[in-house]
Amino acid sequence: MIKSLKLRFILVGIFLVISIIYCLPNIHEPQGDLKKYLPSDKIHLGLDLKGGMHLLLELDMAKMMQNLTDRKLSALKDGMIRDGVRFLALDMKGNTIAVTVKAEQKEKLYNLVGKEFPDLKAGATKTEGDTLSVDFVMSEKELASLKDNAVRQALETIRNRIDQFGVSEPVIVKQGENQILVQLPGIKDPQRALDLIGRTAQLEFKLVDEENAARATSGSVPDGDELLMMRTKNRETGIATTTPTLLKKQALLTGELLTDAKVSIGGETFRNEPYVSIEFDSEGARIFDKITAENVGKRLAIVLDNTVYSAPVVKERISGGKASITGGFTMEEAKDLAIVLRAGALPAPVKVVQNITIGPTLGQDSIRQGVRATILGALLVVIFMIIYYRWSGVIACVALFLNLLYLLGAFSALKATMTLPGIAGIALTIGMGVDSNVLIFERIREELRLGKTVRAAVDGGFSKAWVAIFDSHITTLITACVLFIFGTGPIKGFAITLIIGMIINLFTAVFGSKAIFDWILQKFKPRTLSI
Amino acid sequence: MLELLKSTNVDFIGFRKKAFIISAIMILIGIYAFVMVIIGKANLSVDFTGGTNLQIRFAEQVDIGTLRKVLTDGGISDVQIQEVSGTKDFFIKTKLIDSDKETIQNKVASIFAAQLPGKKFEVLGSNMVGPGVGKELKNYAILAVCLAMLGIIIYIWYRFTFISGIAATIATFHDVFAVLGVFYILNKELNLLIITALLTVAGYSLQDTVVVFDRIRENMGAMKTRDDLGKVMNRSINEVLSRTIITGISTILALGALMFAGGEVLLDFSFALLIGLIVGTYSSIFVASPLVLMWRKGIK
Repeated sequence: MIKSLKLRFILVGIFLVISIIYCLPNIHEPQGDLKKYLPSDKIHLGLDLKGGMHLLLELDMAKMMQNLTDRKLSALKDGMIRDGVRFLALDMKGNTIAVTVKAEQKEKLYNLVGKEFPDLKAGATKTEGDTLSVDFVMSEKELASLKDNAVRQALETIRNRIDQFGVSEPVIVKQGENQILVQLPGIKDPQRALDLIGRTAQLEFKLVDEENAARATSGSVPDGDELLMMRTKNRETGIATTTPTLLKKQALLTGELLTDAKVSIGGETFRNEPYVSIEFDSEGARIFDKITAENVGKRLAIVLDNTVYSAPVVKERISGGKASITGGFTMEEAKDLAIVLRAGALPAPVKVVQNITIGPTLGQDSIRQGVRATILGALLVVIFMIIYYRWSGVIACVALFLNLLYLLGAFSALKATMTLPGIAGIALTIGMGVDSNVLIFERIREELRLGKTVRAAVDGGFSKAWVAIFDSHITTLITACVLFIFGTGPIKGFAITLIIGMIINLFTAVFGSKAIFDWILQKFKPRTLSI
Repeated sequence: MLELLKSTNVDFIGFRKKAFIISAIMILIGIYAFVMVIIGKANLSVDFTGGTNLQIRFAEQVDIGTLRKVLTDGGISDVQIQEVSGTKDFFIKTKLIDSDKETIQNKVASIFAAQLPGKKFEVLGSNMVGPGVGKELKNYAILAVCLAMLGIIIYIWYRFTFISGIAATIATFHDVFAVLGVFYILNKELNLLIITALLTVAGYSLQDTVVVFDRIRENMGAMKTRDDLGKVMNRSINEVLSRTIITGISTILALGALMFAGGEVLLDFSFALLIGLIVGTYSSIFVASPLVLMWRKGIK
């Protein structure tokens, strides 16, 4: 513990000034030149206290079914090639997969489907000469569970994105059949949030069809190819231009096998602009290694949501499963792209059905009552402490007020979101602060009863109470840290308040009331203590 | 010096057998309530169950408080009402769902029609909503609580003894379960705010227990002869009694203000904290220390 009284007061003062500076915008927003140098963020209030952005998203189920059938089709195709089922035609009609084989292959085909695709049911069959056409459809039950899964996956993905975007305490619930209701508190840039949440984020690697490159502008697309737009952005002007590019339709690798995506800057190759570096898992790395080995000298396009971001020439085989996505991003764009890639793709595109601003869940009436009751409660405690401990009680109240200022300052500085559970956390913290003071004062009284001098009693009381205060605060701090790391939603909000609160409590227990006591003892050298 | 308590000498430890019976009953009710919560039979809020979300447009300005009161009087008590800013639209979320007999839409509409005569409104939409706290979140929360418990045991083991860590954790759960049990018996709704209250109760209870343990540790260190542990515990609890009472009073003052002036949203919350405060104080005296004593006697 720091002995010098001056130093302790300076520390208390420095933190006090910082806290007040951070608290200031809540009372009066800085104007003019000051704005540049002073923090201007108010404490964010949660959905329950202030309301926020209300989004209703709808998953495009038709598109999702098509994607699903698409995937089934290519899996079936792979299976048939592997098992030696020679098929004459393989087609997709809506949600049905039509397979045409020689009649003698029927057994083999049914075996394969029965074993590996139990969710496919053989529907209408048609025999023509020695060929057989079978329509495979997915069973109703299977479809329902797939849809259900897709919505759940979309929900989790969106939750992940919002978490990583740094919005605390959102509401994310399923609504109706295929809608997701999202409510976000305190969003400054709604459009950015909307882009982040609504993006499908389907990342694919596809080969550029260079043999037919000339046909890209003519509009006639060769079989097995697709025409996508390549987006190039001039970083100086910020203007994006698009050029049609012909790609092989088959995706060689998708974002599903991603393990990490983060923003990087620099490197001469990237002209010092932000880009997103991605990392694949071992399976993805193996595939990427194979693709690059087989296609040296060709152009591999990086496609995100059907837009080509870049199509670099594969110079050499790339092992290790690392790649990067460039595209003249601003820092913000790169950050958001990394978030959506990390959080994963949505199973289907989403459409925003409703985008409105909503008021607080608690309602203004309840909030006003709550604030009034809190002030009343605090006043009662202050009065009680002063009646019971007299001047020492006044010191305790000063220390607690200091505590509260520090807390609010920390809240503003960390841009934490204040919700009712968060306020509960503050109440517990202040409660523990009161308790610390009670512990100390009771100890000082005990020491005084033993006949010690004022100076000795104060020192003894503080040092003996300190052990209990320290232990109880550290236990709470440990709990709060675990709750913060593993908890979600309101539990996290509660935990962060507790963490900040416990640290500040420990600080004021030593530097707050003790410093005031020491100062009074030094200055006035009282013979008796008002406690 | 204003003193509520002169030095006391109450035989708290001697009361432990009766205390254990009381605690056992509270824990059993609490565990029963907990099981009911897990299987979804308890009175859970729309955050956990999902329900119906109505969008209603009024023709003139209406107060949220009025709406809440009217709905509560009409038998829909667990509502969350949100106002769409800048309009006269409201979202009304309830855990009730459409039944064969009556849709929620009609039920709410008939309540409004009867209770708010003259106020024109139309129901813009009625949708089923899922729970805000899904399975994954629930599992994460349970994992978090288990790990927090482990952290407490390890820290208290390091600072005191292993058995103190276990006893402190049991006392903490004892308190949380007791509050849960009371809420279950009174059929009060468990929402996210009450879950936070339970966490707060856990924090308060731990604090209390650690303060008592600290004094026992100190007094044991000063023991010259091998005193009876029970006596040391009794002395320690008596010594910290004034602190327990004073802190208790100041907390009750603050909670009382919240309960009587905080409105209905804060009522259940502060009620949970009040019960937690009482049970927490009780458990730090009658549960945590006697458990340590029993264990010590058992291994002798």
